[in-house]
Amino acid sequence: MNEVRDVAAGRLGAAELAANFADMHPPLTPAQAVVEANRCYFCHDAPCIEACPTGIDVPGFIRRIATGNLRGSAQTILDANIMGGSCARVCPTEILCERACVHTAQEGQPIRIGALQRHATDWLMEQEIAPFTRATPTGRRVAVVGAGPAGLACAHRLARHGHDVTIYEARPKPGGLNEYGIAAYKLADEFAQREVAFILSVGGIIIEYDKVLGRDVTLQGLRRDFDAVFLGIGLADTKPLGVPGGPLAGVRDAVDFIAELRQAPKERVEVGRRVVVIGGGNTAIDAATQARRLGAEDVTIVYRRGPGQMTATHAEQEWAQINGVRIRHWAAPLRVLEHDGAVSAVAFARTYLGADGRLALSEDRFTLAADMVLKAIGQALIPGPLDGAMAMFDGRIAVDADRRTSLADVFAGGDCVPGPDLTVNAVQDGKLAAEAIHRQIGG
Amino acid sequence: MADLRSSFAGIASPNPFWLASAPPTDKAYNVVRAFRAGWGGVVWKTLGEDPPIVNVSSRYGGVSYNGVRMAGFNNIELITDRPLQVNLDEIRQVKRDWPDRAVVVSLMVPCTEESWQRILARVEETGCDGVELNFGCPHGMSERNMGAAVGQVPDYVEMVTRWCKQHTRMPVIVKLTPNVTNILASAEAARRGGADAVSLINTVQSIVSVDLDLMAPNPVVDGQGTHGGYCGPAVKPIALRMVADIARDSPGLPISGIGGISTWRDAAEFIALGAGNVQVCTAAMHHGFRIVDDMIDGLVNWMDAKGYAATTQFQGRAVRNYVHWSDLNLNYRTVARIDQDLCIRCGLCHVGCEDTSHQAIAALRIDGQRRYEVIDADCVGCNLCALACPVDGCITMVRQDVGVPALTWDRHPNNPMRKEAAE
Ligand SMILES: Cc1cc2nc3c(=O)[nH]c(=O)nc-3n(C[C@H](O)[C@H](O)[C@H](O)COP(=O)(O)OP(=O)(O)OC[C@H]3O[C@@H](n4cnc5c(N)ncnc54)[C@H](O)[C@@H]3O)c2cc1C
Ligand SMILES: Cc1cc2nc3c(=O)[nH]c(=O)nc-3n(C[C@H](O)[C@H](O)[C@H](O)COP(=O)(O)O)c2cc1C
Ligand code: SF4
Repeated sequence: MNEVRDVAAGRLGAAELAANFADMHPPLTPAQAVVEANRCYFCHDAPCIEACPTGIDVPGFIRRIATGNLRGSAQTILDANIMGGSCARVCPTEILCERACVHTAQEGQPIRIGALQRHATDWLMEQEIAPFTRATPTGRRVAVVGAGPAGLACAHRLARHGHDVTIYEARPKPGGLNEYGIAAYKLADEFAQREVAFILSVGGIIIEYDKVLGRDVTLQGLRRDFDAVFLGIGLADTKPLGVPGGPLAGVRDAVDFIAELRQAPKERVEVGRRVVVIGGGNTAIDAATQARRLGAEDVTIVYRRGPGQMTATHAEQEWAQINGVRIRHWAAPLRVLEHDGAVSAVAFARTYLGADGRLALSEDRFTLAADMVLKAIGQALIPGPLDGAMAMFDGRIAVDADRRTSLADVFAGGDCVPGPDLTVNAVQDGKLAAEAIHRQIGG
Repeated sequence: MADLRSSFAGIASPNPFWLASAPPTDKAYNVVRAFRAGWGGVVWKTLGEDPPIVNVSSRYGGVSYNGVRMAGFNNIELITDRPLQVNLDEIRQVKRDWPDRAVVVSLMVPCTEESWQRILARVEETGCDGVELNFGCPHGMSERNMGAAVGQVPDYVEMVTRWCKQHTRMPVIVKLTPNVTNILASAEAARRGGADAVSLINTVQSIVSVDLDLMAPNPVVDGQGTHGGYCGPAVKPIALRMVADIARDSPGLPISGIGGISTWRDAAEFIALGAGNVQVCTAAMHHGFRIVDDMIDGLVNWMDAKGYAATTQFQGRAVRNYVHWSDLNLNYRTVARIDQDLCIRCGLCHVGCEDTSHQAIAALRIDGQRRYEVIDADCVGCNLCALACPVDGCITMVRQDVGVPALTWDRHPNNPMRKEAAE
């Protein structure tokens, strides 16, 4: 069964690759937006507002689209969520605002809230309108670690209040997973960088790139030099697969594969002919789908539990499937098989829920041939740079409702704190922390 | 950024959006919620003499149009059903707590001088900013010789207005009923009586629909119905025309525009036709006070885009272009043009023109594909197809160069009473 291992770049032509990584949902036309906006009932105490982690006044911004007040619409969105543009593209609306929409209950056709949100925010960004101005500088200084959604949202809100913000970012570019992690077709056309530029245009924010907390700066030093610190460092580590054997050519972390794919020209990204993806979340879906779109012939996601337990939403699973990805449930990897120092296949055991409700391995085994194996079984916090200085919860930084850690002057938010790992939650954390910091340091 | 601060008949408010005298302004609770939401002012629900009137259950009816609720709205409510002193105490407190907002009090009492004098003295003590005389309520009250009964007779309007001006120092706004044939007569009467301003329109007499099972007009009260007052988006065109008539033909009289205003755009239209501010009732009853957010920032954004710094800069700008039919240029000619790339082939332009207009849109099949084409020579430029077409920008009316100067009916050869050119 040892076929020649087939890993190659440029499986598809340039035009096909460009099409495969273009905007997955084209924007609404102005006419579509108005028709859709007029469907909105403008509910009182609208369930969609509560379902949005940043609490955007959804009926309020939609009514403004219907009346032709696009500026007011975008301002309403951005005031609650400065990354309203990327959230409009990446939020799993089917489990957030659109699930709560009363039209979902009435006729199963929610208002297309995400698409309308994009319509308004795109318009504002195209007009190059600056929706917010900075308050008079207060002279107070805040350090933010990580230029991902949490850090940027926090920095922007602090800057609006007139504080000076310095962001320390480990990577050479800002945006966090918006730049390095989210599927390329969700944030097409360099949207992540355009949005960061839009956010920074408020003024008062400096980003220091290639500065790693724990290497170039320390928590202690930041606490000494700034009035407050916000940690938005995400989850920079990945969890191990837990199968025997050391590193092997062709086996890699899905997040690294995606990061490479987000940065390199698509025709230079290598992908196997047969790809096995292990995991059940967003990352697994995105790695598998993008592998297919790079030209992989045969892509299988293997997840150890059932479809209902996957953290990827039903819509995302469907999206992978219409892209030709096969999803196999109830199977766990036992061993990665190798041939000439590279992966050749993965051996799995079928799983089931035992009488005690725990996942158990059966004796039923199967093997999937693979030129490439992508591990997508979860990311983890790297605790080292935190110097053990603050309380943790479930492997992440413990915070209160204001996103304050156990240190009074240190706040944290986004993926590095407990809670859903979504862009929109990271933005809300950053916003709440900034308001708490503002109350605390005054000015 | 445009400044929305407004001064109407000497009454200041942070924006030109007031709530009309109606349920939204019935008591302090509502008014305080409205002020919190950002409304610039209120006209308090009409006060009368004690003992208060009694309202029925089943008070409102609505017109749904193609699934849109409350495109028109009617009611058979009367004026306030709460004791006078309760209202006055609340008005005093609200004005004290919200000094920057306009608080105007609507009044309707029997048509005697003593009645008006008595109530004005008590209202003035509250510290409110002005009064609005309700001569417009088209139902219930007019049967008691109040409201529309007074409003429909210009001499009464003038007389009551004069009494009020004599007995109060507060600004007096006269609210006009649309249930007359000539709104100018009412406006002129108010002006002669010394009114500081007029507001219009109050509701239009209506039967909103018939319950075909009960065989009674809606809203049905124990098997029977009565005529009510019509308002909401459906009445806006009637209100705009009456406002414009007064602005054009009785210039200088401040006008508070009312009738079917739901959005900043509606408000801008009323102001362009001469209104100094606007009042809203039905839209707030449909959606709540929060609609004022979009009215405020929508108007500001539009004004900024147009370069207007204050509403006074475009107030009345459209009045000079509101002319009599006989002043229109009969040599102006337009022809419909269909953008074939935008056309969705619904055929509505064709069927309307073919059946009811000028047979100027041909229905073709080219290689089996539908295609609708304007026959320029037959098109009279009526706009019907452009209005019926569901696609924005698909049918445009394009001006034709006719190569002859403007010509009005006054000078048209077909006019037996034409004026000859003064040569
Ligand atoms: C593959 C993938 C797909 C996803 N798809 C979606 C999606 O479709 N929709 C959605 O809502 N969410 C999605 N998510 C989740 C979403 O991207 C995250 O929840 C969000 O980015 C979290 O924001 P953050 O600011 O907390 O962290 P991050 O975006 O991870 O940003 C953290 C930043 O901190 C920097 N940093 C880390 N450690 C240090 C250090 N020691 N010193 C200095 N800087 C440091 C990092 O370089 C990074 O720039 C996806 C995640 C992944 C991995
Ligand atoms: C239920 C109801 C009660 C009303 N009561 C009064 C009133 O007491 N006094 C008054 O001057 N107008 C009254 N009106 C008329 C409104 O103030 C307003 O002139 C009219 O509704 C048109 O405005 P709209 O289209 O914004 O509703 C009432 C309207 C409604 C719907
Ligand atoms: S709105 Fe409904 S609940 Fe409120 S008073 Fe009227 S009928 Fe009763």
